[in-house]
Amino acid sequence: MAAPITAATTAAPVTPAALPGRHRVRLPFSPWHLVLVPATIVLIFPFFWLVITSIETPAEALRFPPILTPHHLDFSNYTQALQAAPFGRFFINSAVVAVTTVVANVVMCSLAGYAFARYRFLGRGLLFALMMTTLMVPFQVTMIPQYIITKWLGIYVVGEFGLNHIGALIVPNAATAFGVFFLRQFFRTLPIEYEEAARVDGANRLVVFWRIVLPLAGPALSTLAALTFLDSWNNFLWPLIAVNQTNQMTLPLGLATFQSAHSTEWTLLMAGNVMSLIPIMIVFFAAQRYFVRSAAATGLTGI
Amino acid sequence: MAVRAVLERRAQPGRRRQPGRPARPKAREQAAGWAFVTPAVVLIMLFGVVPIVWSAVMSFQRNNLFSPNTPFVGLANYRQMLHDPVIAQAIGHTIVYTALFVPGTMLVGIFLAVAMNRKIRFISVYRTAAYATMAISTISEALVFIWLFDPSYGIVNYLFHLVGIPQQQFLSSTSEALYVIVIMTIWGWTGFAVVVYLAALQGIPQALTEAAAIDGAGRWATFRRITLPLLSPASLFLVVWLTINALQLFDEVYLSTQGGPLNSTTVLVYYLYQQAFGGANFNFGYASAIAYFLFVIIIVFTAIQFRVGRRLVHYRS
Repeated sequence: MAAPITAATTAAPVTPAALPGRHRVRLPFSPWHLVLVPATIVLIFPFFWLVITSIETPAEALRFPPILTPHHLDFSNYTQALQAAPFGRFFINSAVVAVTTVVANVVMCSLAGYAFARYRFLGRGLLFALMMTTLMVPFQVTMIPQYIITKWLGIYVVGEFGLNHIGALIVPNAATAFGVFFLRQFFRTLPIEYEEAARVDGANRLVVFWRIVLPLAGPALSTLAALTFLDSWNNFLWPLIAVNQTNQMTLPLGLATFQSAHSTEWTLLMAGNVMSLIPIMIVFFAAQRYFVRSAAATGLTGI
Repeated sequence: MAVRAVLERRAQPGRRRQPGRPARPKAREQAAGWAFVTPAVVLIMLFGVVPIVWSAVMSFQRNNLFSPNTPFVGLANYRQMLHDPVIAQAIGHTIVYTALFVPGTMLVGIFLAVAMNRKIRFISVYRTAAYATMAISTISEALVFIWLFDPSYGIVNYLFHLVGIPQQQFLSSTSEALYVIVIMTIWGWTGFAVVVYLAALQGIPQALTEAAAIDGAGRWATFRRITLPLLSPASLFLVVWLTINALQLFDEVYLSTQGGPLNSTTVLVYYLYQQAFGGANFNFGYASAIAYFLFVIIIVFTAIQFRVGRRLVHYRS
C-alpha cells in the first residue's frame, strides 16, 4: 500500500494501490494502538486488580458490583498479612536460595563448560553424554530419588543440606547440565587464539580462564544467570516436597501455605501476593533486557 | 531443558578434532580437565544421573516409605496403571489441557508480537506489559486468577453479568475448571511467547516484506506467504517447548483446585505428586512408574513434533 489513496475513485482503474469505494479514515495515530491498548489492559488487569483488592477492606472486596477505585487507601491488610505469615523471612529465603544458586551455577558450569569445550581428558565424552541424558528427563522422574538423597544428605552428611533446610533448595540445583551445555557451546564459539597466546606467554590455565575467557563470556553468563534466577525464584514443586517448616519456605511456597490457611480472606491474600511479587518485579524491571534476552536466546537457537 | 539441548546441538554440529594434534592428551591437561569439571559433574551425577536410574528401578518395586523392604514386583506398577481409572482421567485432562494451551499461547503470542513489532509511540509500555507476565510466579498467577474467577465475588462473573451471561461456577465446576486453568496459564506464558516471536520477527529483513509489497501483495498475503514461513523455526520451538511444559502442569492445579472438583482437573503430574507425597501415601514405586510413563509421552510428543516440523519448517540459510 505504498501509493496514496486517491479521493476520486469513480473511474479509476482497479489497481492494488487504489481500491475503489473504500474510504479510509485517517487516524491521528497508528491503528495498531486500537489493538494494543485493549490487549495491554487485559495483560495488566490481573496486576491492577491484585493491588486494588489488597488495599480494600474485606467488605469492599466482596461488594457487588465491585469497586474499581477504593475510596481510601487501607494498608491494614499488609500489616495483618505480615502478622499471619513471615513474608520477610520468605523473601530472605528466596533471595538467599536464588542468589546462591545463580552464583554456584555460574562458577561451576563455566568451569565445567570450559573444560568440556577446550581440554581433552580421559572420560570426557562419556561424562558429557551422561550429563546430556539428564537434559531430556523431566524433573518428575528424578524428584523422588532426589528427595531420598536429600534426606540422606541431611542425616548423614551435612544437616543444612537436608530436608527442611533452605540448603536442600540450593544443592540439587547448584550445577545444572543445561548450564554446562549452554556455556560449553558458547566457549566453543570463542576464538582459541587469545587463550593460546596467553598460554605461550606463560599464564597458567586458571589465569587464562579468569582473565581471558570469562571477560569475553559476559553475555552468555548473564543469560544463564537470568534464566537460573527466574527458575529458582519461581520454583514451587521441589520446595513443596523438600520443605514444610514455615521459617525455611521460599515466597511461592510460603504464599501457597498462606493461601491454604486464609483461603477466603481475599484482601489478606492479595496483600500477601503483592508483597511476594514486589521484589521479583523490581529485579525484573531493573534487569529487563537480560531476562528478555535470556528468553529470546532459548527460542532463537533455531531448529 | 531437553529441547534447548537438541536445538543447540543441531545448530552447531560438533567440530572435528583438528588434524595434527597429539592423539593422547598430556597429563597436565588431563588433570586440569578433571579439576574443572569435577564440582559440576559430581552434583549432576548425584542429583541427575543417579536418580534417573534409581527411579527406573523403583518403578519395578513395591516401594513406599514405611515398608521395611522393597521387593521387585516386575511390571505390577505399570499394570496397575492400566486398571487405574484416575490415571485414564488424568491422561485425558492432560491432553485436553495441552491441546488448548499450546495453540492458545502461540496465537496470542504471534498476534501480540506482530502488533508490537513496529516503532510507534508507547511501544515499550506495551512490550513491558507483556514481558511482566514472565516474572510472575505460577503461584502468584494462580492466586490472582482464582480471585478474578471467584464464583460469588469475582470480577469475571460481574463482567458476565453486565453482558447478560448467567453466573458461572468456574473453578468449582467440573465442566469449567480445566478451562479456567488454560486461561490463567496462557496469560502467564504470554510474555515468553511474545519475546520469542518478537526476536524472530526482528530477524526478518525488511527488504523481504517490502519486496512483497512492491510485487503487489497485500498485508495479509505478505504475512501468510513471507512472515509466517520465516517464523516457522520459532513456532516449532514454541510448540515443543510449550508442550513439554504443558504435559508437566502442576503448580496452578495444586493451588487452585487440588485436582478437583471430582478429579476434573487431575492431570498426570498432580496425580503423581499425590501418589508420592500427597497425604501419607509415599507410594514411590507407583509414582515412579507414572513418572516414566510421562517421560515416554514427552519423548513421543517431541519426536513427532520434530518429525512433522522438519517438513513444515522453512529455513533461511
